[in-house]
Amino acid sequence: MNRLSDIGVKVESGGVAEPELRGNALPLLHEIRHALARLVDEGEPTVIDVQSIPMGPGDVKRLMDALGEGEVKAELDALGKTIIRESRYSGVWIIEHMNTSGGIASRFVEITWVPSILQAQAEDVRKGLKELADALAPAGS
Amino acid sequence: MAASKTVGDVLRAHGVSRRGFMKFCAATASMMALPPSMVGAVAAAIEKARRPSVIWLPFQECTGCLESLTRSHTPTVEGLIFDSISLDYNHTLQAASGQRAEDALDKAVEENWGNYLLLVDGSIPTGEFEAYSCTNGHTHLEMLKKYGAGAAAIVTIGTCAAYGGLPKANPNPTQAVGVQDIIKDKPIINVPGCPPVPVVMTGVLAHYLTFGTIPELDKYGRPMAFFGQNIHDRCYRRPFYERGLFAKTFDDEGAKKGYCLYELGCKGPVTYNACATVKWNEGVSWPVQSGHGCIGCSEPDFWDKGSFYRPLSAAYWGDLKTVGVSAAAGAAAGLAAAVLARGKQKKSQQEEKA
Repeated sequence: MNRLSDIGVKVESGGVAEPELRGNALPLLHEIRHALARLVDEGEPTVIDVQSIPMGPGDVKRLMDALGEGEVKAELDALGKTIIRESRYSGVWIIEHMNTSGGIASRFVEITWVPSILQAQAEDVRKGLKELADALAPAGS
Repeated sequence: MAASKTVGDVLRAHGVSRRGFMKFCAATASMMALPPSMVGAVAAAIEKARRPSVIWLPFQECTGCLESLTRSHTPTVEGLIFDSISLDYNHTLQAASGQRAEDALDKAVEENWGNYLLLVDGSIPTGEFEAYSCTNGHTHLEMLKKYGAGAAAIVTIGTCAAYGGLPKANPNPTQAVGVQDIIKDKPIINVPGCPPVPVVMTGVLAHYLTFGTIPELDKYGRPMAFFGQNIHDRCYRRPFYERGLFAKTFDDEGAKKGYCLYELGCKGPVTYNACATVKWNEGVSWPVQSGHGCIGCSEPDFWDKGSFYRPLSAAYWGDLKTVGVSAAAGAAAGLAAAVLARGKQKKSQQEEKA
């Protein structure tokens, strides 16, 4: 057992409080709707740092359930793993940076055409070009 | 000395790609409580930032702050923050000991005089009790004055270093004080908490590392980015307060339904910290979410402000004006709770007299 999530905790609750009372999922979904409208109308992207918003128990799950799964899922392996997936609403992306123990270190909702972190970076492309040229050099090309 | 390298150089030396660097910047901006739109500015600043020398002096403390920091939940990013600074002295973490450790300290101080960042955890005993806390035969008061003189700025880690904390609690047997009571001529950033939230500690270091400046501070010297809002305002249980729904005991129906913990002594309305958003233990939970009220550990003299389990309105926490303001910010139901709590206080005082 080396992760917090491995600790068996059973939550007993005498009753379920009305979700809307503690909910930040619904207001956040409205914010995402407005951001999506801005993207469509003005081409302006938005990034929401989910960690900066006070979320009650179950809020994150409610938000993630509401956003659901879309057509694209990508995994980035640079400084630890990052999962990038499109939600069921095209243009709404969920980006989760994982820590070394598999937990989520930071989570962003990005409302954009393509998350910038997915695009190849000019500096890396230049480095790749040099490496490819070096690799081909012995062959005299 | 390695301190002359830029952070960009250090990251590249670690084989970090540009994409990885941008990811690091996004996580760092989040850690600094900056909006995601600032990631570009953070990237540009980090790329050029010089690697600062950091001296960390533990004084009269329990090492809980360091434990908290080293168990922070984003080791990839925070590890890089630490790789990006030159931590030249921390006698708990460093491999060297004895005279070699002291030599390393003096060398780092000499080479970086006027430019290093001094981190302090723990309070400082004074007066006739000065000698109660020493390292290598030097009192911590003496060390603070000596090494504080050469620092560009001082960051106090934890409530003890910031305000005296637990050692200063009544009757303050060692006449303990915080750093700001001794050092008057240096910029001081207070990062209180018992212990502080790990991400807040690294966020403050990241800010200094990135921008080379002192962040905006509140009246207690705390960075506004993390201590600008009170726990109550950011608490997910706040809507229950507004509706007058309170847990009366720790195991009643209200507690099970997650009602507001105000009547059980929660100090959220007068406590400024980032727990409600950043949370603890890999972001899993925080005291209020686990069913216990906030004890106000990031506030000066929190230990001497009455029982953690007395409602604010009935305890000695803050003055009547402070409590009145927090109650007024809520609904009439909150006021009713305050009145009820005062009633409870009066009754307990009468019982104590009897």
